Amino acid sequence: MEKIPNTVPKNSWTFSPEINSEIRRAAATGIYDIRGGGAKRRVPHFDDLLFLGASISRYPLEGYREKCETSVTLGTRFAKKPIELKIPVTIAGMSFGALSGPAKEALGRGATLVNTSTTTGDGGMTNEERGHSQTLVYQYLPSRYGMNPDDLRRADAIEIVVGQGAKPGGGGMLLGQKITQRVANMRNLPVGIDQRSACRHPDWTGPDDLEIKILELREITGWEKPIYVKIGGARPYYDTALAVKAGADVVVLDGMQGGTAATQDVFIEHVGQPTLACIRPAVKALQDLGMHRKVQLIVSGGIRTGADVAKALALGADAVAIGTAALVAIGENDPKWGDEYAALGTTADAYDDWHEGRDPAGITTQDAELMKRLDPVEAGRRLRNYLAVLTLECQTIARACGKSHVHNLEPEDLCALTIEAAAMAGVPLAGTSWIPGQGGF
Amino acid sequence: MTNQTVWTIENPKGAHAIAVGLDAPIEVTVKGSTGYYCAGMNKQATVKVTGSAGPGVAENMMSGTVIIEGDASQYAGATGQGGLLVIKGNASSRCGISMKGIDIVVFGNIGHMSAFMAQSGNLVVLGDAGEALGDSLYEARLFVRGKVKSLGADCIEKEMRPEHLEILRDLLARAGADAKPEEFKRYGSARKLYNFHVDHAGDY
Repeated sequence: MEKIPNTVPKNSWTFSPEINSEIRRAAATGIYDIRGGGAKRRVPHFDDLLFLGASISRYPLEGYREKCETSVTLGTRFAKKPIELKIPVTIAGMSFGALSGPAKEALGRGATLVNTSTTTGDGGMTNEERGHSQTLVYQYLPSRYGMNPDDLRRADAIEIVVGQGAKPGGGGMLLGQKITQRVANMRNLPVGIDQRSACRHPDWTGPDDLEIKILELREITGWEKPIYVKIGGARPYYDTALAVKAGADVVVLDGMQGGTAATQDVFIEHVGQPTLACIRPAVKALQDLGMHRKVQLIVSGGIRTGADVAKALALGADAVAIGTAALVAIGENDPKWGDEYAALGTTADAYDDWHEGRDPAGITTQDAELMKRLDPVEAGRRLRNYLAVLTLECQTIARACGKSHVHNLEPEDLCALTIEAAAMAGVPLAGTSWIPGQGGF
Repeated sequence: MTNQTVWTIENPKGAHAIAVGLDAPIEVTVKGSTGYYCAGMNKQATVKVTGSAGPGVAENMMSGTVIIEGDASQYAGATGQGGLLVIKGNASSRCGISMKGIDIVVFGNIGHMSAFMAQSGNLVVLGDAGEALGDSLYEARLFVRGKVKSLGADCIEKEMRPEHLEILRDLLARAGADAKPEEFKRYGSARKLYNFHVDHAGDY
């Protein structure tokens, strides 16, 4: 009898092996999955945009010969001492505690070598970090761990964190295994307990209060420091408008691909909007208020290449911030630790259990032995190189579009490869004049 | 610059951010009532308000003394890391929220959710406490002489030992409060929520 051919085993799209593994994990543990990093799902992103380049009607600039400026000034609205950066790429806020001391030092060193800023995180400012960072932004977070007026005054700018892209509406979480004596002391908590940083500020609620809070911080720092307000990609039009109303010098806008040290996977993947979808509404809010370029906009969440930088700027940002990419640059998820990642049940490039403190690369850990693996000087150089490449790539594109400053890039320089990206970025679908949602079809 | 060590602010008219960020052993008297964040982040200075204080009085205080003759609004002493805050009237909700080492003495009552996520320091209340006192408390000590409407998650009544009576005696004396340590009950953390366990998820 003739054998009936087998069909190829067919996985369900709905119940994929990945989904089923999560169901089994949940059934075994009774608790949600916690991890680091940002959204891993595919969402419309800068990859879905292209630059048009120069043509008969647009004249390019000569690469390596004609100047293409990259400098950016942040905090020109109210601060007596705005920040001058040489490149439009900054290092996003990441805490000592979430990251090892050598990792924070490497970020400060790398940023300083290219004259850009780095940022503290939830846990306060360390002397090492201040010492190795030419321009340091001090985060003012709901937890207020380590908050004090001396550090406010020795910062170069203050960033009031309302939310972040990985978890708009969520607080922080640093699990007990990373709470060493030093981390505990800085946060005024017992060693080894799980730390839940609050999701709301303890002493203000809403934009009217925020305006008074900003006034207080300006009084304490003599009106010198630029005051940023960082928002997650939730309601970018209104949040940007309200931050401006409250008196922000700079708005930092973080989309869902922006990383976190430790958050529920369900939160990371299902709350907040993609970075690409957030930029134009935020820029529109600034334009509607007549504040575009007066209140600067820093965009973060999934910036990886100079092309991403250029696209964010073309859509109206003044600068970008990188977090995950900076960690990768200094050695996070490096394949050279492949065997150790395998022992942790994962692979290089996929490792995201940053909350467990067992990072083989010595970056997302407080383990004294593991962190010795990271040479902060060498890692700082790698970050310098990477930041230099981002800048060169961004300049290359800007020159091709005929721009003598990267800030002269504009939406008109772009088209989109997908209808979704065209709608979110507010630029035409490639080969058409159609901007979904704005007519023209 | 000046060497003047005694200052008076008249007609404050509820202005915000009065006497914030002080960092010298000076005395400031505010004759009237203040808006938000009076004496915020105070270091070393003694600040007296003859009227009432708006939200966030002495927020994140590091050291020194802040005395409010009247009432205090929400978040009094929020995230304070040191020093002594004395409120001679009542304090509203979230008094001592997220406190990190400050000592707070309230002669009257305090509102709901006071000492929420309080990390360390002492909160002394001569009157009553509102709902959910000490919710998600860490290592701060709470002393209440009157009634407590309800305790928050992970906050329990604890034994008053001699060392606690000593802390209370000292704080009451420094605040000029007319009360005896023995009249108070002590509340603190049950420490059940310090490390997340799924069996406790319903407690939050």
